[in-house]
Amino acid sequence: MAHSAAAPQVEQYNYDIVKKFAIMTIVWGIVGMTTGVYIASELAWPVLNFDIAQITFGRLRPLHTSGVIFGFGGNALFATSFYIVQRTSQARLWGGGLAEFCFWGWNAALIIAGIGYLIGITQAREYAEPEWYVDLLIAIVWVTYFIIYVGTIARRSQPHIYVANWFFIAFILAVALLHIFNNLAVPLSFTSTKSYSLFSGAQDAMTQWWYGHNAVGFFLTAAFLGMMYYFVPKQAGRPVYSYRLSIVHFWALSFMYMWVGTHHLHWTAIPDWTSSLAAAFSILLLMPSWGGMINGIMTLSGAWDKLRTDPIMMFLITSLSFYGMSTFEGPMMALKSVNALSHYTDWTVGHVHSGALGWVAMVSIGSLYHMMPRLWNTTMYSISLIYVHFFLATIGILLYITALWVSGIGQGLMLRAFDNFGNLKYSFIETVIFMEGPLIARAVGGMFFVTGMLFMAYNMWMTIILAKSRPESGSSVAIAST
Amino acid sequence: MLKHESIETNAVLLIVLTLVAISIGGLVEIVPLFYIEGTIEDVKRADGKDAVRPYTPLEQVGRDIYIREGCYNCHSQMIRPFRDEALRYGHYSLAAESQYDHPFQWGSKRTGPDLARVGGKYSSSWHVKHLNKPKSVVPESIMPNYPWLLKTDLDFSDVQAKMKTLKKVGVPYSQTKEEYAANVEQFGEDVAKMLDVNHAESNLMAQEKAKNFDGIPDRITEMDALVAYLQVLGTMIDFSKHDETEFIEFR
Repeated sequence: MAHSAAAPQVEQYNYDIVKKFAIMTIVWGIVGMTTGVYIASELAWPVLNFDIAQITFGRLRPLHTSGVIFGFGGNALFATSFYIVQRTSQARLWGGGLAEFCFWGWNAALIIAGIGYLIGITQAREYAEPEWYVDLLIAIVWVTYFIIYVGTIARRSQPHIYVANWFFIAFILAVALLHIFNNLAVPLSFTSTKSYSLFSGAQDAMTQWWYGHNAVGFFLTAAFLGMMYYFVPKQAGRPVYSYRLSIVHFWALSFMYMWVGTHHLHWTAIPDWTSSLAAAFSILLLMPSWGGMINGIMTLSGAWDKLRTDPIMMFLITSLSFYGMSTFEGPMMALKSVNALSHYTDWTVGHVHSGALGWVAMVSIGSLYHMMPRLWNTTMYSISLIYVHFFLATIGILLYITALWVSGIGQGLMLRAFDNFGNLKYSFIETVIFMEGPLIARAVGGMFFVTGMLFMAYNMWMTIILAKSRPESGSSVAIAST
Repeated sequence: MLKHESIETNAVLLIVLTLVAISIGGLVEIVPLFYIEGTIEDVKRADGKDAVRPYTPLEQVGRDIYIREGCYNCHSQMIRPFRDEALRYGHYSLAAESQYDHPFQWGSKRTGPDLARVGGKYSSSWHVKHLNKPKSVVPESIMPNYPWLLKTDLDFSDVQAKMKTLKKVGVPYSQTKEEYAANVEQFGEDVAKMLDVNHAESNLMAQEKAKNFDGIPDRITEMDALVAYLQVLGTMIDFSKHDETEFIEFR
């Protein structure tokens, strides 16, 4: 039975598209994170700007953010969501070549946008830097993604839609809304790369941070929770801890996230009540966030020993721990009094990275390690290298966020310090001098993380090479995790 | 009573309810967008004209260079109402001051200082030296050098197209006589002349000739435009003429 099932298994699911997205996840991970290390180094050692316009900090930073969020994160989400929706629906991906279009369209959009940043083409909206023509391409790809996803769910041979898919649906819908409204702009002409946003000043700021925070909420949270809800139970070999908790926290998260964007605009020229409302919802959001964390970690009940023996489980559970940590830190920073100190400083940057590296990257990496042997029907080339990767990544993150707590909180305190005569105690440049050490430590932390990614790329590469060189047989069932 | 089972077995219901859940917060944030249209401060000069005006052609082209170089990645343009910020940067920013900014450039990070009121704080020649090589005036600076700004002649061939596009999104640049007259009424004649799309190039060249921001007499460089923009930032409202409590109601 096992032998005869092996061949149709290949036909049953479209794994080819998942493989492509998975490989691009690693490629963009290395490109985006290496760029991150480079710009971090530019802050520590400014000589690295080399007087070359295209690689100055201001032009490279969007390449880093787009590269990791939409390149690494985006490709990881396409890969895992297409894998999960097929496996949990027990149906082949709907739409045939449409998924190919998503792959080429998404990655082409990123490359066009990325080259644009280097030559100075940008909307200058954080995390929404691509100009209007790239935004159009992204919108088309996104609608296609939605159609494929719903089409596949409609084909499911199970009556129930699995919880991971709820999160992916919420993510696809929300990102569509956010992307379209935040990128409303009028180009100079149909052949011009320059456009001006439809809104201005305060309205523009509100729209941008409604987008900006919910890009975090739905792109970097809801979707990765979908990933978590499939891969954590699978890797643990246990059912999800609480079905009821998953329902409650799904609806609470979907409802509440959209309210909190204005906490990025505390104390700015918008009416106070909007930022108070956002602060209140930010505090409330702690509960559904921790609901997800608890549901994920407690899934390991009865299988805690895996935390010692299974490096993939270590990635997944550590990612949930960082998720819990950063969703506690976030609401705290959304308090107006804390925000008064933290805003505009490296504390925010550190907070983002405890979410982006600790949660998003680690859960993606764990999921990829789980998925890759199954996609290529083989075992991982080296389990030891996964351990090495795990420790490099964890040390890197800890170094990174600790350095930026020092730099951010330190700068915040220095900027508001007064001497005995009521004058400012420090000039701005004195805070820059103070931050040199932490900024170097941060760059080193990033280097650790990228080194881990290089180990992963090598491990994956060898796994794929060996899988391809091995003659077809129905006996390759051993999985890396076992 | 609706059981959750009926939602999770019905894709359409799941999608519709999810859309409802994610839309409510968004709507509550979008409705205020229209509401705060009315809460942008209406700040007048002594002669009764609007204090905050759209950018001149040279300033606007300079602003586009500011955007191109990604200055917002390290510099904010939004002063908060705190004592240390008041001492360091000046009066807290008003919504009115960025009402013609497409896109807004409030920023989210101060790797360098806030620039909302940098206009007039330093001389233009300081800015030229600083942008060309920041360490020449601030030895500990970690800002990159921008030597190409002085070397590159300003391309303002599309300045009219830019102003026309900005007009479409609501910036009161004028193309017709009626629009010009309305601008004279709103901003006064001197400002209205600068907002006339039909004379954009000559206005741009005249402003550069009069101020010669980059210190090079016979060329119009990108440095001219960028410094022109930096020098106008935060200067449109004369806060010494306004009562301290005047703007609090808009908060």
